[in-house]
Amino acid sequence: MEVGSLTLEELKKKAIDLRESAVTMVYKAQSGHPGGSLSAADFVTALYFNEMNIDPENPDWEDRDRFVLSKGHVAPIQYAALAHKGFVPLETINTLREYKSPFQGHPDSKKCPGIDISTGSLGQGLSCAVGMALGGKLDEKSYRVFAVLGDGECQEGQIWEAAQSAVKYELDNLVVFVDDNGLQIDGPTEEIMPNGDLEKKFEVFGFETNRINGHSMEEVLEALDQVRDAKNGKPKCIICNTVKGKGVSFMENVVGWHGKAPNEEQYELAMEELARGLNV
Amino acid sequence: MTVMNLKSNEKKATREAFGDEIAELGKNKNILVVDADIGGSCKTTKFMNAFPKQHVNVGIAEQNAAGLAAGLATTGKIPFVSTYAVFGSLRMAEQIRQEVCYPNLNVKIACSHGGLTPANDGGSHQAIEDMGVLRTFPNMKVIMGADYHSTRKLVKQAAEIYGPVFLRFTRDTIPIIYDENEEFEIGKAKQLKDGKDIALIANGDTVHLAIQAAEILENKGISVKLLDMHTIKPIDREAILECIEIGKIVTVEDHNIINGLGSAVSEIVAEQGEGIVRRVGVQDQFGESAPYEKLLEINGITVENIVNKAEEIL
Repeated sequence: MEVGSLTLEELKKKAIDLRESAVTMVYKAQSGHPGGSLSAADFVTALYFNEMNIDPENPDWEDRDRFVLSKGHVAPIQYAALAHKGFVPLETINTLREYKSPFQGHPDSKKCPGIDISTGSLGQGLSCAVGMALGGKLDEKSYRVFAVLGDGECQEGQIWEAAQSAVKYELDNLVVFVDDNGLQIDGPTEEIMPNGDLEKKFEVFGFETNRINGHSMEEVLEALDQVRDAKNGKPKCIICNTVKGKGVSFMENVVGWHGKAPNEEQYELAMEELARGLNV
Repeated sequence: MTVMNLKSNEKKATREAFGDEIAELGKNKNILVVDADIGGSCKTTKFMNAFPKQHVNVGIAEQNAAGLAAGLATTGKIPFVSTYAVFGSLRMAEQIRQEVCYPNLNVKIACSHGGLTPANDGGSHQAIEDMGVLRTFPNMKVIMGADYHSTRKLVKQAAEIYGPVFLRFTRDTIPIIYDENEEFEIGKAKQLKDGKDIALIANGDTVHLAIQAAEILENKGISVKLLDMHTIKPIDREAILECIEIGKIVTVEDHNIINGLGSAVSEIVAEQGEGIVRRVGVQDQFGESAPYEKLLEINGITVENIVNKAEEIL
């Protein structure tokens, strides 16, 4: 697999740093969504620190790769990536959900550098990503667009409207990650509204699909290698088997940690476990 | 009355104005049309044929049309999403709010079949809430031209200004009011006639009715100030303040009387604490299949009723 300026071990360490920052943000704000932030941490780290062609000094650079967090409630993990990458000062992580903070409750492109479009209402981000990818094709630019969806979010009909348009316009510059952590706010996705076989669904729509362990940095990097130069007219979809709350034992696979802040004791335990890289 | 050029035998649908103007605007390669299957009806075919690479058709998927347009706008494109007003306001409402207005992106929503004009399609297709819903979204501008020529000018200007704009057109033909050289400014009312006894404020396909009502009132010796309020947001506050000086106002619109032009005018009148308003418009009821004129009549959107409302408060 191809690695950039960071080694594989450094990328794994970076994923821990981002997890720590995301949990710290939610703890300090006493509000936010830790569960899905932790499940998305590894591939978000890979994108920001190994894959995407972006420049923290020039966040609106027109040839940059784009990132659309369609599951916008897990903003803390994107904010952690932006802060560690240098788009905003690292201490911004102390301001999540505060008045005037670039780190709004959900990503706001008007307030935070590095956010390519505001998200937060589920089901809508993929359409925006399709528009960005189509804009790139129309201008014959080589940038790519990465979109992150939740598995629960795939219950939204608009996701499939967007998917069919990505196929029609042959957007091979679009890479969709599905953070398939199996839980949504009211319970297991399988109980609330089963998705069926997401991999097959995207495949029959016309995507090139792959399913990987979303917590294996090796598998994430390999999956990205496979789609990097695949200019075959097909949009890409990488479905990641993940664990909600990954890295903090008491949050793992517990629905209640979808959108809850840890208390002081829980926070200290979480930080200790994350520092040890538990289960990661 | 000499200021107006109402030739009731010369008629054109304002969706034709959009189709003709967008086909001109397409010379700018950043202007795109995003259709949702009904391009033929929305008059984007000329654009599509002239600029096929700038034409996107997402099929019957309006929510995606709005979101995709937002994504295009982030890359410097100026997409015009084209559909019927009932879908372009309500089916896409949340996508327009979240992904167009909230990030303040340069997307235009250009809709045919405004108001009661898709008359024989029935109540499902008559958009009586669209302008009202969209005027409550921050950053959105809401516009309906009164005839073919003014609509072309307003479409062109919408392309030139930055930010979200909702443009509403008629399905059916309406009289030509203006000379093709007349200029219009988004957010600025067009004064058709000054007067001192009563103010008539109309927009869209009802302006020609207000013109006829003004003529009748003038013939009765009543001095009428007449405004074409093509932009209901941002509304021309200064022009309304001048009407408040007269103190008596009748609004006329092809839209629910709740939350449209009449409401927007009344808000300013109430804030000023003086003046009286009568609203002519759709009487908070769904339409049905019927001739367009019949639907207007059911709702009291007639020359006769405008005159009556004016006389009530004179």
